[in-house]
Amino acid sequence: MSSNHPGLSNNFSRSGEKFSWSKDNLRSIKNIISKYPKGREQSAVMPLLYLAQEQNNNWISIECIETISETLNMPKIRVTEVASFYSMYNTRPVGENLVQICRTSPCWLRGSNKITKTICKETKCEINDTSDDNKFTVVEVECLGACSNGPMIQINNDFFEDLDEESTKKIIDNIKEGKPNVIGSQKGRRSSENA
Amino acid sequence: MLLVLKKAGEVQKMLNEKDKVFQNLHGFQEPFIEGALKRGSWSNTKEILSKDQNDIIELVKSSQLRGRGGAGFSTGLKWSFMPKNTGKQHYLVVNADESEPGTCKDREIIRNDPHTLVEGCLIASYAIQATKCYIYIRGEYHHEYVQLEKAIEEAYERGFIGKNACGSGFDFDLYVHRGAGAYICGEETALLESLEGKKGQPRLKPPFPAGVGLYGMPTTINNVESIAVVPTILRRGPDWFKSIGAENNTGTKIFCISGNVNKPCTIEEEMGIPLKELVEKHCDGVEGGWDNLKAIVPGGSSTPMLPKNICESVLMNFDDLKANGSGLGTAGVIVVNKNNDIAEVIERFAHFYKHESCGQCTPCREGTGWMHRMMQRLVRGEISPEQIELLENVTKQVEGHTICALGDAAAWPIQGLIKNFKSELISKYNKKLKAS
Repeated sequence: MSSNHPGLSNNFSRSGEKFSWSKDNLRSIKNIISKYPKGREQSAVMPLLYLAQEQNNNWISIECIETISETLNMPKIRVTEVASFYSMYNTRPVGENLVQICRTSPCWLRGSNKITKTICKETKCEINDTSDDNKFTVVEVECLGACSNGPMIQINNDFFEDLDEESTKKIIDNIKEGKPNVIGSQKGRRSSENA
Repeated sequence: MLLVLKKAGEVQKMLNEKDKVFQNLHGFQEPFIEGALKRGSWSNTKEILSKDQNDIIELVKSSQLRGRGGAGFSTGLKWSFMPKNTGKQHYLVVNADESEPGTCKDREIIRNDPHTLVEGCLIASYAIQATKCYIYIRGEYHHEYVQLEKAIEEAYERGFIGKNACGSGFDFDLYVHRGAGAYICGEETALLESLEGKKGQPRLKPPFPAGVGLYGMPTTINNVESIAVVPTILRRGPDWFKSIGAENNTGTKIFCISGNVNKPCTIEEEMGIPLKELVEKHCDGVEGGWDNLKAIVPGGSSTPMLPKNICESVLMNFDDLKANGSGLGTAGVIVVNKNNDIAEVIERFAHFYKHESCGQCTPCREGTGWMHRMMQRLVRGEISPEQIELLENVTKQVEGHTICALGDAAAWPIQGLIKNFKSELISKYNKKLKAS
């Protein structure tokens, strides 16, 4: 197992399968490129990396980079540079649920260490590991911008906030059992009001 | 009169509900168009857009609105730096890359009251002659991105933006661009690089973005909150805005309080509310009581911490915090009580800056790593008084020697720690020495 956060590693690898855009994505790409001025198609590299990642099971392979480079008529190294600079592009495969635990001071002051412990225990993962059943990849990340709702984690696109050990375990259990989770505050707050 | 009250530090009343700009900050009402119309958004936008562009800039200037993204520069003045009638494409870029630890205010605006931002983008763009605007939102805010896209779609459908926006004759397009997890892209020129499809590494200034910005064109970059308050300022008038807060520190402000308080929250209050009142009234106090307070970081991780004695009386505005050796920054208030090791709070900030340094300038790339390793040893009580001085010295060599302010931001929290708690750090070392 790599010891790096999958978004921070610069070791790109091949998946061994050709990557070509899905029909839906081809339509989206047209739309995305139209947001930027003519001749400035390179601006679309970040949205295209997102699309590729979504289509490619949540990671960016060298094949994805090659396809984006062709689509945008942009050198491969420039696409690689962008994919490696930003931490949300995963450079290796991750589990079905990418669990990101905020470790920065505001969350830490409210017990993020306990949340990390609970998650590692419940998913049977060390930090930066993927579980054997490929259900979870667990990483620690820097501030996710929900400080008044700390401690918090992000699983794929969703924030889970106002956590304690019990509610964290429940979230992981629900995922394991295929049950839906309530997104946002786990203490019944609407957002970040005083309550 | 308000000024007198505040200077005396007397107990003041909470901000009047009707004076709040963000009526749906916490999302109890409908966030989208129906709710926004009820809250007064888009009510007379056409009339505002019939004003002369310079007049709008002057009105914003006279409201004394200062940028809400951290630096506190006059928003109206910034707009006035934009060249006029150049024949070039001008851009407004809105910085929604909210990533400063302790800060979560723009998130609430975007997900719960997005039309204040959309309308603000239109008006601000009109004032600086920009027919295109990009909102750069941090990648992690996926849900917020979806909310914002929906609000923009609604605004297009109703003809509020797009061709002949609000029937004003002004054509305006608004786009959202998602970041992907890089704090440095909150720095305005790094953000422009990122928008152009490159690594987010800050540019050397000059040239400033007002002259050479996005795609080499005149560009203004503003924070979400700065832009989202503009429609209300123009609707209610600069005098109303100025009547709240104190001279040069006017208006309302969203504060985010996190850390060791009983009820962490995000709240819109009067600029210049006493810090103690903010914590005691809105957050039900410090965990373990006010006397259990160790220190408060008043404006996001970059601002130096304030010891308890200053927290007793300091006002939460630009000038008073500056006079007390810190800053308002993004108004992300991080409260630390005595149950936690204050050195570790700063060690975690140091880790953050090490992680987020873009690697362009040597003092920052190497310095943030070095400072973090020293901070780790400091937490363990392993650095001697001489080495503490060395650490402080190094922070001063990083500060001011980099292209952007990330180097400064990494240095200030450590300086604040050493300034306020040096004796404690030394006794930590002595204790460890004795034990071994």
